[in-house]
Amino acid sequence: MMNLTLKIWRQKNSNDKGSIVDYPVTDISPDMSFLEMLDVLNQELIEKGEEPVAFDHDCREGICGTCSLYINGRAHGPSTRITACQLHMRSFKDGDTIYIEPWRAKAFPVIKDLIVDRTSFDRIQQAGGFISVNTSGNTQDANAIPIEKENADKAFDAATCIGCGACVASCKNSSAMLFVSAKVSQFALLPQGQVEATDRVLNMVKQMDEEGFGNCTNTGACEVECPKGISLENIARMNREYLAASFKG
Amino acid sequence: MSGILNSSIGRKFAMALSALFLMVFLVMHVSINFTSVFSEELFNNLSHFMGTNPLVQGLMQPILIFGVIFHFVMGFILEAKNKASRGVKYASNSAKDNSTWMSRNMLLTGVVVLAFLGLHMYDFWVHEMTVKYIEGDMSGLIDPNNTESGFRYYEELREKFVSPVRVGIYVVAFILLALHLLHGFNSSFQSIGANNKYIKGLKGFSKVYSIGIPALFIFIAVYHHFTH
Repeated sequence: MMNLTLKIWRQKNSNDKGSIVDYPVTDISPDMSFLEMLDVLNQELIEKGEEPVAFDHDCREGICGTCSLYINGRAHGPSTRITACQLHMRSFKDGDTIYIEPWRAKAFPVIKDLIVDRTSFDRIQQAGGFISVNTSGNTQDANAIPIEKENADKAFDAATCIGCGACVASCKNSSAMLFVSAKVSQFALLPQGQVEATDRVLNMVKQMDEEGFGNCTNTGACEVECPKGISLENIARMNREYLAASFKG
Repeated sequence: MSGILNSSIGRKFAMALSALFLMVFLVMHVSINFTSVFSEELFNNLSHFMGTNPLVQGLMQPILIFGVIFHFVMGFILEAKNKASRGVKYASNSAKDNSTWMSRNMLLTGVVVLAFLGLHMYDFWVHEMTVKYIEGDMSGLIDPNNTESGFRYYEELREKFVSPVRVGIYVVAFILLALHLLHGFNSSFQSIGANNKYIKGLKGFSKVYSIGIPALFIFIAVYHHFTH
């Protein structure tokens, strides 16, 4: 069992200034997940009549991308290729002090405590992260269209992006290029995505810029911290797509 | 195509193009400078050609000055935009675990190189402009009234590296340039969309370039300091 000191960002609402508050937690099992440890803390806070710590979570199995904690200076904590819900307390030692903060980006404003508003990602998706398909009943079976194995694999890899925002949180510029490039790439690599390719990349990048995300300076932090291992290669592909679309007009 | 420079990708593309241009210029610059190590005559002739050729002076030099200014101004614009995009800083941030020092400190290394450029321009360019275009001496000779006196460029170069302080500044500046290039070289290719099967080889070459070019500049300065 472990005793820990948690330094958690507490912020009542989006207008509150917020600050780090210390919480000692005791008898934490190394087999607990990080979110279960927070559940234990919240149970104690509720029993004491205090406001529990608000944090995002849903599937708790690394699929939904909802959990969004910046733990000890890294998105989703010290391990790689996992989300915060997949992080276990065995990654820490008895007596450790753990900083828990929300994603930091102008485009991800804090709603409460550790919860940030990531609807900017939704708006980027709505700007072009889709293909228009005729659903009148004569839709062609996707499997009937031959696709190179290499492209199919790359498109699939890009499509594994869960939109958690760890890339933005880890980037010193709060750039969303890895997320947007994954969404652009998953379609750009497939024939189904070609019809709307030009508009897609122009509109998604335009929306990304309007949301206030920073410029990519290729530090590679996003790729390292991405729980799904989305490659920087996607950013280069989006750059090519965008430049070609811009010159095309 | 309109408004491409207003987009984040467009600005990075322009930044990368100016960087690639400056990296090509560095190769040319160090190649000419290196001739001073083994041939005074060749260095003098090349310097005189570069300093008096109308194409170099009238077209290439203004493009180079524009490229340098554009690269630095755009660098500051991008940095300001990026700083504003973060807002509140993390209380705990382990950036060293996911990115290199060079990639996070391009502004710092860039500003040092910019400051060095000021000294470098004062040392050579301002002097050249004064002699050629204010005093009107286009001869390039040590004594403009004596054609036997020989070109002045080699002697002027050697004179600049007598001071150990100046040599020290040059060494530090070129180390910082190497750090800047170690990230900037690959970054510029990524920004223009070149990340493919050749990227591994390119990364290897970038290390050779980024360390080799500044090392040659340092060698030239140190060589002239100790052989003067």
